[in-house]
Amino acid sequence: MRSLEYPFDSDYILRKKKKIKRELLSQNKKYLEKRIAILGGSTTSDIKQILELFLLNYGIKPTFYESEYNQFYEDAVFGNNELDNFNPDIVLIHTSNRNIISYPEIIDTKEEVDKKLNSEFARFISVWKSIAEKFGCTIIQNNFEYPLYRLLGNKDATDFHGRVNFITKLNLKFAEYAEENDNFYINDINYLSSQYGLNQWSDEFYWYMYKYTLAVPAIPDLAFNIAKIIKALFGKNKKALALDLDNTLWGGIVGDDGVENLSIGQETARSEAYFEFQEYIKAHKQLGILLNINSKNEMKNALAGLEHPEGVLRKDDFVIIKANWNPKSQNLAEIANELNIGIDSIAFIDDNPAEREIINQTFPDVDTPDIGEMPEKYIRILDSCGFFECVSISDEDLNKVKMYKQNAERADLLNSFTNYADYLKSLKMTARIENFIPMYMQRITQLTNKSNQFNLTTRRYTQAEIEQVAKSCEYITLYGKLSDKFGDNGVVSVVIGHKDGDTLNIDLWIMSCRVLKRDMEYAMMDKVIAECKEASVKTILGYYYPTAKNGMVRDFYKLQGFDKIEEDESGNTTWRLDVETYINQNKFISVED
Amino acid sequence: MTKEKVYEMLDEVFQDVFDDEDIHVIAETTADDIEDWDSLEHINLVVAVETKFGIKFNMSEVVKFKNVGEMVDVIIQRVQ
Repeated sequence: MRSLEYPFDSDYILRKKKKIKRELLSQNKKYLEKRIAILGGSTTSDIKQILELFLLNYGIKPTFYESEYNQFYEDAVFGNNELDNFNPDIVLIHTSNRNIISYPEIIDTKEEVDKKLNSEFARFISVWKSIAEKFGCTIIQNNFEYPLYRLLGNKDATDFHGRVNFITKLNLKFAEYAEENDNFYINDINYLSSQYGLNQWSDEFYWYMYKYTLAVPAIPDLAFNIAKIIKALFGKNKKALALDLDNTLWGGIVGDDGVENLSIGQETARSEAYFEFQEYIKAHKQLGILLNINSKNEMKNALAGLEHPEGVLRKDDFVIIKANWNPKSQNLAEIANELNIGIDSIAFIDDNPAEREIINQTFPDVDTPDIGEMPEKYIRILDSCGFFECVSISDEDLNKVKMYKQNAERADLLNSFTNYADYLKSLKMTARIENFIPMYMQRITQLTNKSNQFNLTTRRYTQAEIEQVAKSCEYITLYGKLSDKFGDNGVVSVVIGHKDGDTLNIDLWIMSCRVLKRDMEYAMMDKVIAECKEASVKTILGYYYPTAKNGMVRDFYKLQGFDKIEEDESGNTTWRLDVETYINQNKFISVED
Repeated sequence: MTKEKVYEMLDEVFQDVFDDEDIHVIAETTADDIEDWDSLEHINLVVAVETKFGIKFNMSEVVKFKNVGEMVDVIIQRVQ
């Protein structure tokens, strides 16, 4: 919904929150339902209500537990029945520098201040540890905003007696904890409050009047920041950018003005702004974001623009370049198709409001941020959108762009074969298929949350849940990694099944679309059968739940030799296979032991 | 700004905040008259009124409001 997309109007959201909620729910989308416990150190009522709006807009429907006023410590450490029964998927701890109990005093020695620092940190650790042990769920904890006054003036930052110094050290400890612990994420209000303006953020009026530690008008910014982390955790980040060229990546129109007259480089203020924007876009490549061009241009002019001697982005930085006179909506659909990703995984960046509007009309699920008309603001606006909010950096991300390029090479090779089996043989594929191991938990979680098309049940798991399943003897878990002569595709398939007597129910079967039609699913099934035999499982039940995106696997179990035993009116199907009758199907992949 | 205009604009704010287009406020309206008007919604109301009129109330004013009429008095003082 436009009113919840950055740049949003906070006053409008606050005033119309009830109406916005009504409108969101009337869209009747299929939501991912999640239980979120908010444990507060101050008033949280509006934070909860506004967070709900942003989450609904991301397709996540939350139910909330909200602690009593300032009971975050008691709820976490001593627990209570309501919270225990609620069994949260996520615990959100909302605290502020007003929840710091013992600040340094000027008369304190260095040792005393260190002791205070450690005891504050220890108090929070006991909160987090206790939640992790009880619920094994994801924790989102904010760090601290700077204090509103500085008794020591500038020295407050450098002297161990200073609150600024104390908070800085505490924030660093929180960051280190986040680095060392999975399923723990920092909501960086230290940054957010600086960005917002500390005086406005910490406006005392709202504290004295209503016990809000941040100004009510700042709540949409806070809630949006939290929602970004949550949607990223559940795999709702964007995967690609489709960028316009003229007046988006450079100033001027290459076809009319000529390459030599474009604004890009160090010559003028305007060309510097475009230069830095290109640098910002290019940096996304390292995160595995797929860069693409969607421009109304002659191809030769577009490519000439990308060869501008002062430019940053080059032809090779892009996976797909569409420069033609077709409607941009058509180009965008083709880009999604060729990348094999959902069109809603692409953000469309264009300075022209008319082009954005057409995309919006044709594909309401595609984000088309209003980047405005000032190139000097592009970076700030795009960055605040949080399309690529990072919850983990996996090796897969770092290699993703390379892998997509390797796929293009494979496509070339395929064209040189007339027989598909010969092509598969020539790839010299090797796979590793085994039970989940700690090294890949992060990637397995990421894959379960990102896969939409080759996904039989579209169940989502947090890393904490994946770890629990891996530990339990009630489950059979398998991940599959596939390499070939062009390179390593990494972990590309995940299967989770739970045992019920001598039956295995397949809860999750997913595969990355980057290895479609490589017979990896047969290699996986062979291994599932081997695991079943070892665990004395006689029957396998497979489930297919249709979504807007997973039509390609409707007949997956049929192809695997299962019999359909049930189908309901919404197209959900159940399939059955006798383990004994199965004959191994993989012919082309050599599976390592 | 006339009193009538202020009430007209206040109606819009109240209707938005409580998501009820039938609300019309008068000087004597208090929290008891509107079902969802609790202390937590009160803050949203105050913020929405401030935004609508482009003013900021201070603490001593807000704590003294006994009904909508008293709020209107302060608004009129401020916008003039």
